[in-house]
Amino acid sequence: GYLHFTKKKKKTFLRTRGSETISKAGTDQSGVALVINRPPSNHTPDTDPDPDPGETTQAVFTLNYPRIQIPFEITLWVLLASFAKIGFHVYHKITVWVPESCLLISIGLIVGGIMHSLHEKPPAVLTSNAFFLYMLPPIVLDSGYFMPTRPFFENFGTVLWFAVVGTLWNSIGIGISLFAICQIEVFGVQDITLQENFLFASIISAVEPVAVLTVFEDISVHEQLYIVVFGECLFNDAVTVVLYNLFNHVAALEVVEAGDVFLDIGRFFVVGLGGTIFGALFGFVTAFTTRFTGKVREIEPLIIFLYSYLAYLIAELFAISSIMAIVICALTMKYYVEENVSQRSCTTIRHVIKMVGSVSETLIFFFLGVVTITTEHEWNWGYILFALLFALLWRGLGILVLTQIINPFRTIPFNFKDQFGLAYGGLRGAVSFALAFTLPDNIGRKDLFITGTIVVIIFTVFIQGITIRPLLKLMNVRKTNRNQETINDEIHKRLMEHTVAGIEDLCGQWSHYYWKDKFMKFNNRILRKILIRDNHPESSIVALYKKLELQNAMEVLDQMSGDISAAPSLISLHEERKNASKSRKKFLSSDVTNMHELLSKNMYKIRHRTVSYTNKHTLPDDITAREILMRRHTSLRRSLRAGSFHGTNAAKMSQKYFSLPMGRSLNSRFPPRRLVHADGDIESEINYSSIRHPQRVSSKAVMPLRPLNTLKEVASSVNTVDGQNEEQRGCRRSHLGSNVSRSGHLTSHLPHGSSRNCSDGDHDAWVEEPQNNSDVQHPLMRRPHWLPQKPHDK
Amino acid sequence: MGSTNSTLLKIPNVEVLMQETGLKLVAEENCLNVSPAHIIRLHDRFKALDKEGRGHLCPHDFGAIKELAMNPIGDRIIGAFFSPGKETVDFHTFVKILAHFRPVDKDRPKEPNSPEPINSRSNKLKFAFQLYDQDKDGKISRDELLQVLRAMLGMQVTDEQLESIADRTIQEADLDRDDTISFEEFRKSLEKINIDHKMSIRFLR
Repeated sequence: GYLHFTKKKKKTFLRTRGSETISKAGTDQSGVALVINRPPSNHTPDTDPDPDPGETTQAVFTLNYPRIQIPFEITLWVLLASFAKIGFHVYHKITVWVPESCLLISIGLIVGGIMHSLHEKPPAVLTSNAFFLYMLPPIVLDSGYFMPTRPFFENFGTVLWFAVVGTLWNSIGIGISLFAICQIEVFGVQDITLQENFLFASIISAVEPVAVLTVFEDISVHEQLYIVVFGECLFNDAVTVVLYNLFNHVAALEVVEAGDVFLDIGRFFVVGLGGTIFGALFGFVTAFTTRFTGKVREIEPLIIFLYSYLAYLIAELFAISSIMAIVICALTMKYYVEENVSQRSCTTIRHVIKMVGSVSETLIFFFLGVVTITTEHEWNWGYILFALLFALLWRGLGILVLTQIINPFRTIPFNFKDQFGLAYGGLRGAVSFALAFTLPDNIGRKDLFITGTIVVIIFTVFIQGITIRPLLKLMNVRKTNRNQETINDEIHKRLMEHTVAGIEDLCGQWSHYYWKDKFMKFNNRILRKILIRDNHPESSIVALYKKLELQNAMEVLDQMSGDISAAPSLISLHEERKNASKSRKKFLSSDVTNMHELLSKNMYKIRHRTVSYTNKHTLPDDITAREILMRRHTSLRRSLRAGSFHGTNAAKMSQKYFSLPMGRSLNSRFPPRRLVHADGDIESEINYSSIRHPQRVSSKAVMPLRPLNTLKEVASSVNTVDGQNEEQRGCRRSHLGSNVSRSGHLTSHLPHGSSRNCSDGDHDAWVEEPQNNSDVQHPLMRRPHWLPQKPHDK
Repeated sequence: MGSTNSTLLKIPNVEVLMQETGLKLVAEENCLNVSPAHIIRLHDRFKALDKEGRGHLCPHDFGAIKELAMNPIGDRIIGAFFSPGKETVDFHTFVKILAHFRPVDKDRPKEPNSPEPINSRSNKLKFAFQLYDQDKDGKISRDELLQVLRAMLGMQVTDEQLESIADRTIQEADLDRDDTISFEEFRKSLEKINIDHKMSIRFLR
């Protein structure tokens, strides 16, 4: 016998098992058959002239490519894109200076180059259907789900203003200018009608300020700007798609009448609002459904995804704004769902959304690069360059004008630096490209438009993306003359800023407080009862701590070494108190400069939560929150330990830490024990105890006051059949009582006796009044009463 | 403004309160002074925080504010509301403390015998000082400074760096060389900073 291969991409035929053949017409087949010939037996005729005619073909080992072709190629592309992403982050410095979109497009260009030289066609992925139905929803869901709701709603007006009015301004402005250009004969583009110009303009106005967010993180731009940029990006997409469809439809019409225009405007609003209402509806339905998924935790993430996708599809069915629908759905359901589902499901949901969204976006950028090389371009210097110019110009103008109009209505107006950031940071991205690519073919100059879009995208992404960071830094530096400040000034100023921020939070944000308050009342009274399974008037702080602790626990599991260096230093603060030499140190100016550097890099920014959502490509992360909480926990513990536990006046006085009884409890390599031990062993924090005088009593005192509702919820779930979840819940609950030992010897224990917990009918979050601890004045300092009273052995 | 007045009357001792804190009852020449509304809003906020309707706030009521928990010095701020020995904050005290953050009235005539307004620069500085000085001995010791620094700085900062920053801070401000910062030294070191701007909340005007 002999072996016989057929190379892919050429004529194909495929042979399997000798008795059947599969052959496909078309260019993209490949088949490889490893055929071992045997003495003749019959074989069915092939469609392909095969130099191996009448021999037998009992295949011993065959490869059947066409069968797996489509999923295989998809997988390969995605894998390639993922490798690219991994590659970028290997050398971290790159991502600091060059936005990821740049890098992806570059890789795409390279791959495109390769494919072009091999004369291969890129996969036909970006068809209209594939894009709108499969690739866009994850991107939008990603943006919508991770949108921080509270700041978003506080800045809702501004966001909408910039997104809607801004995009309209851009589209119409660019459209009209380009139309004017078209009239000039020398460019030879007179055949482009006004409608088509508008269409093109709406495509290139879709801004994606992703790169800008990462830059803003370093320069301390205030929180409002983040939200505006984030929100603008989101709604921008929605508006662009709506406009696109609108103009698409209009472009097909031969004659546009005034009546049509009004209809279109009306349609615009219907579409937008309809999408919103639809999304909200779906959000509530999802939340309601998750109320009943207590026993089927595994499918919870699935429900979320399905409902979101369904919202999108049905909105598409009715031709209302599907992007708005899915975004609003995500926004509304997030709040309720994250209370109903288990922690694991919550994590899964976030991770999957992030993953699929970023894969989708990556792929689109990738294809952008590929397509740039491989398609036929129609190049028209005048048109394209003017398009670029107008795009930049109108955006800048738009931001200026819009900001002037809206600044009086804002509590914190945008200054020039902000505006510059907004305007210059308007990079075009994936959505623009996809929209251009999916233009219907009846547009005469489709190729021109595609080329134009690609040029605009590449220009903005590369040039603006790379230069925005130095520019902003320049503008920033010129404003603050840091060297004239003393260290003193810096520290005290920051303290004051934190104070003011804290007081502001204390007062609540007044202008929006009214509506928010009303909504929260409605929420608490009605919505929560319907949509949440175990409804306790849980204060948000509890949820936050739960989440943070879980997150932290899991992260500690991931990284082997405890990176918590606070403890030794905190200890050293007290321990080495008098060791500091009394002699005055001489500080060189270089020392002082270093200190300035240190301070500016490491001081917590005001309302640091801004950092947690600035990077679109990673999950939001609460490092500073954790650090703060952890420190508070340790200081709380130490202060209790130092003073007498039973609350003498001195102790009360010295502890001004009326902080939240948080337990930064960390599970580490010791998996939480099962619920078996009802006798509550409290582990010793070995190192801690050895350093300081171990007082078991006080250590227990610091057991964070867990809101009992958590326990209650857990208690109710103890009865669930779900065995695996117990461990998960145990993990959750164990935070209630764990202690952190500084050497990284982390321990955990489970709350003692769920039965005991169950007996507490108390649902209220904070007020745990241990009956037997009347002598401790401070409620937070009291020992949680579910602990066994007695100090164990040392 | 009938409704405002009637709501105001429900708040005990409201006139005394307003006089002390400077939140005026009657709008003066510039109509931006809609302060009765402020008191009412503060009262609403107070009631909202006081979930159990006891008429006074406890530390954990403050603790329930999520953003305040995330504030590096959140606990100190909360502590500032509770005068030593007291466990609760009533509305009166609440407003008085918040009144520290009113922007300074620049056009206020200086009456020679009136007590210094709560939101004077000096009082604002005292408030800030108090955040450092937890043991209330009138001085910021090196330890207290270290504690605040540690609270405000990320974990990557090592102890040596922290200590040298603290040393430098004290060195810059400490004039009488006792290794602590007294209130006067504190005030002097912050001469150049516009305290009014930094320690004011606009909407409390």
